[in-house]
Amino acid sequence: MQRIGVFVCHCGSNIAATVDVKKVVEMVKQEPGVVHAEDYQYMCSEAGQSRVAAAIREHGLTGLVICSCSPRMHETTFRKCAEKAGLNPYMVEIANIREQCSWIHKDVEEATKKAVILARAAIAKVDRDAPLQQGESVVTKRALVIGGGIAGIQTALDIADAGYKVDIVEKSPSIGGRMSQLDKTFPTLDCSACILTPKMVEASAHENITIYTYSEVEKVTGFVGDFTVDIRKKARSVDMSKCTGCGVCQEKCPSKKTPNEFNRGLNTRSAIYTPFAQAIPNVPVIDREHCIKFKTGKCGVCSKVCQAGAIDYDQKDEIITEKYGAIVVATGFDMIKLDKYGEYSYQESPDVITSLELERIMNAAGPTKGHLERLSDHKPPKEMVFIQCVGSRCSDKRGKSYCSKICCMYTAKQAILIRDKYPDVNVTVFYIDVRTPGKNFDEFYRRAVEEYGVDYIKGQVGKVSQTGDGKLLVQGVDLLDQKRILKKADMVVLAAAIEPNEDARKLATMLTASMDTNDFFTEAHPKLRPVESPTAGVFLSGVAQGPKDIPETVAQAGAAAVKVIGLLAKDKLKTNPCTAKPDELLCNGCSVCANVCPYGAISYIEKEVRDHGIREVRRIASVNSALCQGCGACTVACPSGVMDLQGFSNRQIIAEVDAICK
Amino acid sequence: MMKIDREKANEIQELSGVNTKKCMKCGKCSASCPSYEEMDIKPHQFVSYVQRGEIEPLLQSASLWKCLSCFACIERCPRDVKPGKLVDAVRQMVIRERGGNHLQEEEIPKLLDPELPQQLLVSAFRREKK
Amino acid sequence: MQIESKEEFRPKIVAFCCNWCSYAGADLAGSSRLAYPADIKIIRVPCSCRVNPLFILRAFEKGADGVIMCGCHPGDCHYTTGNFYARRRMTLLFSMLDYLGVENGRTRVEWVSAAEGAKFSATMNEFAEKIQSLGRNVRLEDIRCRKE
Repeated sequence: MQRIGVFVCHCGSNIAATVDVKKVVEMVKQEPGVVHAEDYQYMCSEAGQSRVAAAIREHGLTGLVICSCSPRMHETTFRKCAEKAGLNPYMVEIANIREQCSWIHKDVEEATKKAVILARAAIAKVDRDAPLQQGESVVTKRALVIGGGIAGIQTALDIADAGYKVDIVEKSPSIGGRMSQLDKTFPTLDCSACILTPKMVEASAHENITIYTYSEVEKVTGFVGDFTVDIRKKARSVDMSKCTGCGVCQEKCPSKKTPNEFNRGLNTRSAIYTPFAQAIPNVPVIDREHCIKFKTGKCGVCSKVCQAGAIDYDQKDEIITEKYGAIVVATGFDMIKLDKYGEYSYQESPDVITSLELERIMNAAGPTKGHLERLSDHKPPKEMVFIQCVGSRCSDKRGKSYCSKICCMYTAKQAILIRDKYPDVNVTVFYIDVRTPGKNFDEFYRRAVEEYGVDYIKGQVGKVSQTGDGKLLVQGVDLLDQKRILKKADMVVLAAAIEPNEDARKLATMLTASMDTNDFFTEAHPKLRPVESPTAGVFLSGVAQGPKDIPETVAQAGAAAVKVIGLLAKDKLKTNPCTAKPDELLCNGCSVCANVCPYGAISYIEKEVRDHGIREVRRIASVNSALCQGCGACTVACPSGVMDLQGFSNRQIIAEVDAICK
Repeated sequence: MMKIDREKANEIQELSGVNTKKCMKCGKCSASCPSYEEMDIKPHQFVSYVQRGEIEPLLQSASLWKCLSCFACIERCPRDVKPGKLVDAVRQMVIRERGGNHLQEEEIPKLLDPELPQQLLVSAFRREKK
Repeated sequence: MQIESKEEFRPKIVAFCCNWCSYAGADLAGSSRLAYPADIKIIRVPCSCRVNPLFILRAFEKGADGVIMCGCHPGDCHYTTGNFYARRRMTLLFSMLDYLGVENGRTRVEWVSAAEGAKFSATMNEFAEKIQSLGRNVRLEDIRCRKE
């Protein structure tokens, strides 16, 4: 029997207001094994911890139960405290009487009763705890950044500057991401490319950064400090070492009908292409789906015109396997598809466009060379209407429940730019709310109204329809004026919601990193650990974690980099000692456990055992504790109950069940 | 001071299955409504009136009889509030209170207009006959 | 004949929650102050695949009126495949329990992610209500364990 000490925390009034802590102390004192119990205002405080340490020494405690907040908050705190006082850190159990008791119950009597039961369960568990020793594992001093947008580039640069090797994996043929598609950025109106391309060049020239473009992560195994990742480098069909980036192949390519993804399909590109002029690497890719050579076998123009002889039709996908200590997810976003929003005529009219399409139209390198014009007849518009919250803040099945955060500001930016460059164009914005928190953001929006005369109307648009004269009829109401508005417009711009990249879910599964219902990666703690995934060694950067603008993305990218550097700076990591352990005498070597183990941590050894006085060599299971992550799948699969999980043993869980059902 | 009738407001929400608290006041229902100009109380206001429990003006409202039951507001509401269902429910409440039939079957043929969509007829009949 | 106690029936419900998703979801329900009945007590396990069917049988033996197990959504398991095993095991166990007379309503598996505090609370309320309506569990209970 252990000598158990129980410590009940008031957590200020968080616990004490609903749980009678004195009563809990009094009740647990009667439990067998409990030799000491006390309560304190803040157990996690310096003073609280020293009380725990003092009690350990004074009463010779061998097990601790802390009745406090969630073990996800302070389990480590109290384990460290126990260790300092000379107790094995794994002889500590937490009874969660805050999140799972005081915060959700109102009745004091009921909450106190529950707190006592939770404490009893923890006492029963700690009584069956055994001291455990942490192992060590090595840290591979190399980081992987998935996604080559501004988030990925910034993270990679910051890690590389600290002296660690970083690889960037980017799906498309060039790094740059969404930011490279933007024309100007709010609220300063710098040209997006002008501030992004130097960073792209810096990343590509950095001695510590390796960039894999046109590549995707295919498989991830391992764990924090020691991930093994397979990267598929898709066949570019162009030899990167030979290509000089002269661009002749693209000019001469006879297949020029492929929708240009970079320009959001507003114009077409050749089958051999670089997505944009400042692409890094400046090496084209052959889009095999649309290349005549690959479709019919006859063509080969690019190969003929290439002076450097860089075209290689036989190139194959290549799998690169590399080890990493940390992985950063920076997979970014896309705009939602608008096929479910028939009322805005997006599918029907080429003059109804999304805001990202407008960015391309406004951009000098875009499909209209930067001239604002209607895509239907290439005439300059006179009346432009912006519609906000298309698919954002929707609780119906069509859209997203969240606010996309960036739309209010980029709409103000686009409105200002249009009014500035084309003063004769009238701009009307239909909004539900204008949300502009951020440094100099609201001032920027007010400038759109006051200086540039943009007309903001409160009220969501009901319908956009095409009229006979080629114009668009926008039907709305002014909610503040209670007036019907029927506005004839030449162009309508939809601020479509943003959503995580479509491949994010697949990646999350590979990384076993959790996601929310909207497919944004979940952070380990919404306030205190915002750039870490709950999965150790996986970090989050940019919109993959939630909607954010460029300055926030860059800030988060830096934060993620610091976390990665902090991890890579360590030579060894302590491993979780809660691993599976077989009872060698009972094991009959059936292999069931090895088959369910997701980490390949179980192998079989021939070992001499002594059973009832008989010595014999048997085939028995052996767990590699460095590989075992402690899920417990094997413990249940084992037909003879040989496997047990340290820290969550059968006896412990059954004791908890018993304590709860008593 | 406007009379607050919580009981009726709850009854309307129950009849319609609408949770008025979900409304974020974007006005898309009114923007979508083809009868907007004719209505004294606009579709989006219906939601706020029921939310506040101001039922009397709704029962008196001409909007009840101007709603075409085209369901554009129901279809397009981003928050799944469906103001059209509220209008339907209030109308039903009025009809139930009044009792009897407002419009006889025999009267319908002379009101017919070949231009009218069939949906409107069905909906009008359902509305008047209930 | 069984004599019903005059006291109001308060069920005993055991919830097994995996450390990575559901336990965090329960914490989120707590920090969002989303109430559910105090009759539910949570046992933390590393993964839903750690839940041995024996634990559930033990709970019923000791007088539990309902057992619910929560894990990460299928495909999102922190340990890649743990919840698939759990799903299969529980399907078999629950059908056997049903055969033994422990109604299907008394057992439940629910996938709750770390971000779904609201779902956690709603699920627990629903489950507690169900158990309340089913009343005391008399099957499998070891009457020697019952406190009179």
